[in-house]
Amino acid sequence: MTDREIIKITDLRRNFRVGDETVHALRGLSFTIHEGEFVTIMGTSGSGKSTLLNILGCLDIPTSGDYLLDGISVQKMSKPQRATIRNRKIGFVFQNYNLLPKTTSIENVELPLLYNATYNARQRKERAIRALEAVGLHDRLYHRSNQMSGGQQQRVAIARALVNDPVIILADEATGNLDTRTSFSILTLFQELHARGRTIIFVTHNPELADYSSRNIVLRDGKIISDTINESPASAREVYESLPKEED
Amino acid sequence: MRFSNLIKIALRALNNNKLRCFLTMLGIIIGVGSVITMLAIGQGSKNSIKAQISEMGSNMIMIHPGTGQRGGVRQSSDDMQTLKEEDYTTIHDNAKYVTAISPQVSSSGQFIYGNNNYPSQLQGVSPDYLEIRQLKIAEGSMFTDHDVTTAAKVCVLGQTVVDNLFPNGEDPVGKVVRFNKIPLTVIGVLQEKGTNSMGQDQDDVALAPYTTVMKRVLAIDYIQGLFASAIDENLSEEASAEITALLRTNHKLKDGADDDFNIRTQQELSEMMSSTSEMMTVLLGCVAGISLLVGGIGIMNIMYVSVTERTREIGLRMAIGAKGRDILAQFLIESVIISITGGVIGVLLGCLAAWMVNLFAHWPVQVQLSAILLSFTVCTVTGVFFGWYPAQKAANLNPIDALRYE
Ligand SMILES: Nc1ncnc2c1ncn2[C@@H]1O[C@H](COP(=O)(O)OP(=O)(O)OP(=O)(O)O)[C@@H](O)[C@H]1O
Ligand SMILES: [Mg+2]
Repeated sequence: MTDREIIKITDLRRNFRVGDETVHALRGLSFTIHEGEFVTIMGTSGSGKSTLLNILGCLDIPTSGDYLLDGISVQKMSKPQRATIRNRKIGFVFQNYNLLPKTTSIENVELPLLYNATYNARQRKERAIRALEAVGLHDRLYHRSNQMSGGQQQRVAIARALVNDPVIILADEATGNLDTRTSFSILTLFQELHARGRTIIFVTHNPELADYSSRNIVLRDGKIISDTINESPASAREVYESLPKEED
Repeated sequence: MRFSNLIKIALRALNNNKLRCFLTMLGIIIGVGSVITMLAIGQGSKNSIKAQISEMGSNMIMIHPGTGQRGGVRQSSDDMQTLKEEDYTTIHDNAKYVTAISPQVSSSGQFIYGNNNYPSQLQGVSPDYLEIRQLKIAEGSMFTDHDVTTAAKVCVLGQTVVDNLFPNGEDPVGKVVRFNKIPLTVIGVLQEKGTNSMGQDQDDVALAPYTTVMKRVLAIDYIQGLFASAIDENLSEEASAEITALLRTNHKLKDGADDDFNIRTQQELSEMMSSTSEMMTVLLGCVAGISLLVGGIGIMNIMYVSVTERTREIGLRMAIGAKGRDILAQFLIESVIISITGGVIGVLLGCLAAWMVNLFAHWPVQVQLSAILLSFTVCTVTGVFFGWYPAQKAANLNPIDALRYE
């Protein structure tokens, strides 16, 4: 963790209009996340976690409040600038994967790099394979989305978020569909990325996972109800290695 | 953003949606193809009518027994016997605006030579007939005025009749053929004219002196019609007025009485035919326009639906860093590929269909460049526009709204 403020939000609000009603999904959130933090965000269903993460990922714009990403106001950026930020700096894992249908894992993972002119075809492929290996899918490179299990699709989505070597990784329920052993292998991966200086924001329902992050924020009804620092996160790798390998 | 990447993205997307891609193309193919075929048929018939008119000679005048009323009963012109040989000689000797004139009597019957027989028509005419109908003699000679005076038993055959009566390639000139039991010496063969633009065989004829046909074949004392040529096509009006005057005097018709004959100039006929063909072209043009419209709507529909369907895909692409213009470029490339490919296939199929119509239905066709350009442009522009327009709407959404789109 460094002193560089990578995310700074102040009084962030997001309202949705549904018919005549206004849904207050976020009711004034403020926090700062420094470079190199591993933050878990928890809260009941509907508490606004995905809404917050979408805003942090520059996919959505807050109704009011400020969002400074790496010192730059996201609201003041142009659309193409935000697109470039998403492409170069952010890795986003969606709650519902959002893979391209009928497309192979490798093509799905390559996709962010196709929108980045600095990579050539060979580099794209190399990086996509490396990202897929990192999530343990080296034997599923040419499987199409509909030929894989939910957990495998989730891992493809994670590989896609890692492929552009992002500064921040935003994961919405990235382990929600995985068995314990695979979840811990993913968590190990995130811890390793964290150890190498990546900032990670990890939304989860599972309260146990708070032990493995360096900071835990809990939301309820669009407000922060607790924000705690974990001085000594547990090692996911140890748990992972202690879990019995399944015979297959 | 590299252009090659955009091409790759577009090709992958097309490859993943082959069926949709094919359906869109189908709309374009059918739209373009049907317009080309339809207009090719229209233009073909127009051309053939034009050709037919010039084939027949545009200064030709036809005179037939009239449909004037006799005692309140309208008679069919075949039964009328108002035209006589004297009418022919009167016009022949007196008309200033007429360069050539021939009576016409015809009899259908069986030609026999040796073991071969062939049913055809024997036309009784005068030597002028060749000039009027623009016929030429290929072998032998035409009968003469002397043959007419003596009602000589001679004939000139068309090539089809020759082919059927002399299948072994013998020289027909000098041979004696029988027509309805009457022996006729073949003195000439007409030059081959082929089928006319209506598909009629113009070589399926035989000519004999009209006197021979009247006296020896039909045993009648009237003639069935007269063919004449005006000295100039612009003078056909004058020629027909002159003929009318001569015939009325000959027939002793009182002022105010109806003509008992009927004169038609090629001019009128050609006007009639071209107005018919004009109508047909307009009709086919309408059908083509409607199919173009329907094709266009089909293209719009599929393009629009498919892009709308793909809003989530657009959302995802934007979420991982595609800019609005990357999305637009992708969809533009996709729709250009689909539209151009479909358009090209449509042009090929349209030409093929026109060719098949010609081959199997024997309709004259002419594929027009303007039809190709028009239909191709309309369909590709529609295709590209309706691929681009909804894509540009989707690209303007917030990524998350596009992702949530249902
Ligand atoms: N596009 C939208 N339009 C209207 N309301 C919305 C929209 N998106 C979210 N909401 C509302 O905002 C609230 C927060 O939703 P959000 O998806 O952030 O919850 P969450 O914490 O991610 O829940 P879960 O754990 O189930 O994923 C919900 O009440 C939801 O109904
Ligand atoms: Mg959520």
